Formats: sequence, C-alpha cells, structure tokens
Amino acid sequence: MVRTVFFDRDVAITQTSSIAGPKEGEGPLKKYYDYILKDDIIGQKSHEHAEIMMQLQCIKQLLNKAHLSQNDVDCVFGGDLLDEIIGCNFAMRELEIPFIGLYNACATFGEALILGAIMIHSDYMSKVITTTTSHYATAERQYRFPLELGSQRTPLSQWTVTGAGCSLLTKKEEVGVKVTSGTIGKVVDYGVSDANDMGAVMAPAALNTIVSHLSDTGRDETYYDLIVTGDLGHGGSRLLQILAKKEGLNLGKNYSDCGILIFNREGQDVGQGGSGACCSNLVFNAYLYKMLSQGTLKKILFVPTGALLSKVSSLQGETIPAIAHAVAIEVV
Amino acid sequence: MRLDKEQSKEYLAEIRKDMPKTKHVRTMVRAFLTGGIICCIGQGIGDAIKAIFPSMQEDEVGGFVTMMMILLTAILTGIGVYDKIGAFGGAGSIVPITGFANSIVSPAIEHKREGIVLGLCANMFSIAGPVIVFGISASVLVGIIYCFI
Repeated sequence: MVRTVFFDRDVAITQTSSIAGPKEGEGPLKKYYDYILKDDIIGQKSHEHAEIMMQLQCIKQLLNKAHLSQNDVDCVFGGDLLDEIIGCNFAMRELEIPFIGLYNACATFGEALILGAIMIHSDYMSKVITTTTSHYATAERQYRFPLELGSQRTPLSQWTVTGAGCSLLTKKEEVGVKVTSGTIGKVVDYGVSDANDMGAVMAPAALNTIVSHLSDTGRDETYYDLIVTGDLGHGGSRLLQILAKKEGLNLGKNYSDCGILIFNREGQDVGQGGSGACCSNLVFNAYLYKMLSQGTLKKILFVPTGALLSKVSSLQGETIPAIAHAVAIEVV
Repeated sequence: MRLDKEQSKEYLAEIRKDMPKTKHVRTMVRAFLTGGIICCIGQGIGDAIKAIFPSMQEDEVGGFVTMMMILLTAILTGIGVYDKIGAFGGAGSIVPITGFANSIVSPAIEHKREGIVLGLCANMFSIAGPVIVFGISASVLVGIIYCFI
C-alpha cells in the first residue's frame, strides 16, 4: 500500500494569497496577511455570501499577484465547510477555471495540495490553484447554534477561523519552496463523540499520518525544522505529543499547531485555539510560506487535520472520525 | 481505522484525565448574579406598573412584566447584546423568561435570509421547540390528573 507520494523536487509553490477575517487580523500573524477584512459580512446579504466573496477575491488576488489570467490556470482544487461546499462551488461560478471540489473538513487544504502536486508532477497540468475557505458565522450556524443565542462555550471549544487562502502550484526547476512528498491520511476513529473536543478527535489521525510519513520516507522527526498540525488547538497538541511519545516520537521544540499560531489564546477568548478549513491554510499561505521563502524555515511537515462529522451524525449518536494528510514542503 | 470498544474506553479515560475543567465556582457566581439582576429588573418593572396603575390586579401585572421582559430581550438580542450577557451569565440568563425569548429571536434573525415562511417561521422554534413540546405535554398530563382528583 502506497500512502506517500514523492514529487522529485520540481513541484513548486510559487505564489500564495490570503484574506483574513477581523479577529484573525488582530492575532499574532496580522502582519503576514495580504488583506484583512474590516467586518465579517463585507457588505453581502448573508455570511454565506461573504464567504463566497472572500473565496472569489482570494483567487483573484492570487492571479493578480502572480500576473496570470484565468486562462493560464489549468484547475482549482478547493473546498470549504459549508453543506455541498457552496463556498467554493459558488465562487467558481464567477471564474472560467476548471474546478475540482474537495471535502475533508479542515484537512481539505492538505488534500488539495497533494492532488495539485500529483497533477503537476504527472505533467497533466502546469498551473494549479489550491484553496479553502471557512467563516466563523457560517460554521457556527451549521454545526452549533445561532450567533445571537446567549450560550456559553465549553473550555474545550475552538474558534472557527474566518478567511480564505490559496497557493499556486507550478513546475519549476530552480531553487524554491517545493512540495516534495505527501502522505495520504486514513480515516481514524478513536471513539470520541464530544463534538466540542476536536483535539482529542483529530490527534490520533495526525499521529497515524505522521508515523506513516516518517516510516515511508525513512526520516525521523528531527529531519524537519517544523512539524505543524492543522487545528488541534492547545489541548489537542499536548495530547498528540503524549501519544507520539508512546510511539517513540519526540514532538518537542520543532512541533507546533496552526490553531495555536493563529490566535492569541489569552487575549482573544478562543478556547483551545483556531479551527476550520482555513486555519491551517491561512497559517501556511500567510506565515509559513513567507518563512520558507525567506529561508527562516527550510523543511516543514504540514499536517492539516479534519474532523469528519456532520450535525446529523452527531445527533444520531455516531462517534467522530478524523483524517490528516501530511505534506512535506522544503526549500530545495 | 477504528478502535474496538475496550481500546476506545482506555483512550477516552486517558484524555479525560487532562481535560480543562469548567470553573464551577466562577460560573455559579456569575449565573447567580446575572439571574438575580434579571429578576430584579422584572420586579422593578412590576413595582413601577403597580405604582402607575394602582387598580391593576396582581396577575395582570405579572403578565405585563413577562411581556416587557420578552420585549427587552428581543431588542437586546437584535442589537447583539444578549449573547454577551449569555456568555457571561450562563444558566443565569437561560433559565428566566428572557432566555426563552432569546432562544426564539436568535434563530429567527439567523434564518431570516432564507425567507419568511421556510426560513424565519420554520426555524424560529428550532431551539425552543422541545421546551414548548414538553411544556404542553406536561400541562395536558397535569390537566388530566386534575380532572380525577
């Protein structure tokens, strides 16, 4: 069984673009975002429309930054958290670019990166955009309660990130930020049924993928400057470190989590940290990509994690399965 | 990949050891204060009505207070204040009639964009619905028992 695909140093991420919501714009990564929204409805008639608009503007912004027209791009791989992924589907209605819609909850961006890289590596496509979006208000409403309901958040809850981000993948031989391998995740279910405890749901999936990645590539955890998971939050990351120790992995200083990086936990009242399809995406496209292109980081293992629940499955008493995809991104 | 029941139990036991706990003393104090203040406001409105209309009966005053509290909550929910009171006060803001009003107004606001009938009206009771069902069922049951004694 092949879980890891290798891309011999020629699939490059040549440009990224990011749009962050107002709360994200007050977070620790504020100076890295391309654009920060002033409010989360941006003049649209609903938050869903705002999410669609955010997605569309993000892709347009990427095309501008890369000096490309829509015809130059072979395909967009993207998804979001809304039912029937309407965030991406409706944004793509405005564009003349072929589109493949994806859903792996918050791990969608990892899925998109791997699929995009496979397309570039196999020479079927020469320019691919990978993208995801999420919006606090639309996710709250779909998975939890109305925004104006006076309810308390549990200490384990996480804050869905509002934002959109995209990366442009192309073939390039010169030195640059390259996707060098990707490990496709398995759906892992450890029997957690608390929809607020996403960290405990996703940590085993992240561990499963990281262990497979390291054994497939013959590397150990110290090979990477940074191993960064998607949105486990503070509690989930600690849990992953404990679980990893049992497997003989030491996720210490070179480990972090996008859900931790994106918000300031004390000041912003976000529970365990950020989550959502755009959490890992925004941290990667805004922050990690810049760190890689400046040379501060050279090799990272990017592991977006997703909890694959729906409101119906939760109500019917199902436990929550999770998935994580690992993407090795290196400056080579 | 799925853990069997035994392994899953072990995993759940392990993660629960390290879970952040709700700060019970703090939440209870906040709930007590919030609930108390809401009740004081209700009492204040009742006293004011009695002072203005001395001829009003006690149960009429009660009805009036309820309506005023619901109106106040609807306005506070609409301008986005009540969710903050709820986040602070927890059960203190849910248990009084104001919590019930908030649970009807908030989905109504949220679903307004899907149309009046299938959006707003259909979803208005999505949270308060069970309360109404149980309330009506209980009152019918009590009514039947009352018939025979």
